[in-house]
Amino acid sequence: MAANHLNMFDVKKIRDDFPILNQQVNKKPLVYFDNGATTQKPSSVANEVLAYYLNKNSNIHRGVHYLSAQATLDYENARETVRSFINAKNSDEIIFTSGATSSLNLLAFSFGEKFISPGDEIIVTEMEHHANIVPWQMLCGRKNAKLKVIPFDNNGLLLLERLPELISEKTRLISVIHTSNVLGTVNPIKEIINTARRHNIAVCVDAAQSVQHLPIDVQELDCDFLVFSGHKVYGPTGIGVIYGKEKWLEQLPPWQGGGDMVDEVSFDKTTYNQLPFKFEAGTTNYIGAAGLAKALEYLSNTGLDKIHRYEQSLTEYAMKKFKEIDGLNVFGNVSGKACIFSFIIDGVHPLDTGMVLDKMGIAVRTGTHCAQPVMQHFGVDGMVRASLAFYNTTEEIDYLCQGIDQVKKMFL
Amino acid sequence: MAALQQVQEEIIAEFVVFDDWMDRYNYLIELSKQLDIIDPRYKTNDYIIKGCQSKVWLNAEYNENKVVYSADSDAIITKGIISLLVRVLSKRSPKEIIDADLFFIDAIGLRENLSPTRANGLLAMVKQMKLYAIAYNAKFGNR
Repeated sequence: MAANHLNMFDVKKIRDDFPILNQQVNKKPLVYFDNGATTQKPSSVANEVLAYYLNKNSNIHRGVHYLSAQATLDYENARETVRSFINAKNSDEIIFTSGATSSLNLLAFSFGEKFISPGDEIIVTEMEHHANIVPWQMLCGRKNAKLKVIPFDNNGLLLLERLPELISEKTRLISVIHTSNVLGTVNPIKEIINTARRHNIAVCVDAAQSVQHLPIDVQELDCDFLVFSGHKVYGPTGIGVIYGKEKWLEQLPPWQGGGDMVDEVSFDKTTYNQLPFKFEAGTTNYIGAAGLAKALEYLSNTGLDKIHRYEQSLTEYAMKKFKEIDGLNVFGNVSGKACIFSFIIDGVHPLDTGMVLDKMGIAVRTGTHCAQPVMQHFGVDGMVRASLAFYNTTEEIDYLCQGIDQVKKMFL
Repeated sequence: MAALQQVQEEIIAEFVVFDDWMDRYNYLIELSKQLDIIDPRYKTNDYIIKGCQSKVWLNAEYNENKVVYSADSDAIITKGIISLLVRVLSKRSPKEIIDADLFFIDAIGLRENLSPTRANGLLAMVKQMKLYAIAYNAKFGNR
């Protein structure tokens, strides 16, 4: 029962760990519903970052002195924490980047250099975030390759039956968003991977909107690559992750050259460092990594299963409430969807809606949500998006519904 | 016609009575209905101001040494804000518009809308209105 999960989860206690939530904006208690854009940080994450700058900072690797050795240890421990969080086989398969966008750009470059030839094909879905479209489009431009698209229906369900006809002997990679940042749809990644396996096609999973909502096991999924951002999973900004199977990462050429990613350098020839350092040129965001580790520990301690169940209850509650509101169109109603609700009030511009909700203390996002093909699918210029997290409550959903009523009163 | 200064002070006086944001927005919604609406033939991509999350169309004509603006938007609050800008800047000489210090924006609490990233692109609107004035000034300014 949804109600049980709502009651069993001590959201009040959780909220105490996120001091930012306890404030007023525009003289109203803050209702933070912009978690799809970025999540707030528990004190443990903020304290770790602060402690680093105050007491622990030193550049990692290469240093012989105490602080450098400690920072290096923390950094490699953070890699191990990420490994364990997504259950990768070994920590060499975890590459730190600056975020999911950077991860996808690295992959598009390195995978493209090695495995994409003229005429080859890459498949994405119609519901991708721009970050999982544009790097592949750029690659296709460089290599004269072709981008193909799996469409979705008006409920936000991926039309997986179209996948077999999109696959050809030229298909090299399928890169797919796990959870849509607009529709909330959780795509059947496992099914896509199973299909890809039969054709020897690599699969990259954009987990930027899923890794914070449900447990992920990359070995069980058997995906070849998986990417996510630190700041959307309650960690610091400027840190992100690529998981890649070792057999792939070993074959891929580095993306950026510089310090730390090399073995030997001379003006005749440079040899590259081993995994994972081959892909981590220059000083990495080791403080971000330490913060990310704290965030993932926080999630593991809270229990991602518990978080998932609670958030699913929030979703059910919200969808039921939204159905009762006349003239409210919610985009995406596939069962099991994440707590992401994009909507338009009939006859009211999303910007007007967002501006009024803001003055009520409700933080939502308006616009195209970096997914213009999704807007085109529904023939709209933009949507309002309320994206929730496990520190949000049913009371806050009720308040959003009041906000929507207020908007209707003002504009209709 | 009242001085640019004076019109801005009138607007500030109108807004000062509202201590609640909803009242301010309601007033902007009212004002949106008074905007000199752009001729439908100018509601094309050529007249759209880039940098706004809502669509904003702006046209300016030159009439008896004055710049006359007309505009429209698909978002109502944005339209209300434009109506204020038009009220302050329209039917003035290019030079007056170019030199205008729009202090009323800050005074009525719309300053946050001036940041470059703010979705409704008030900054882009002001810039475009001034660009029209600069263009007309270059064309007719010495006559």
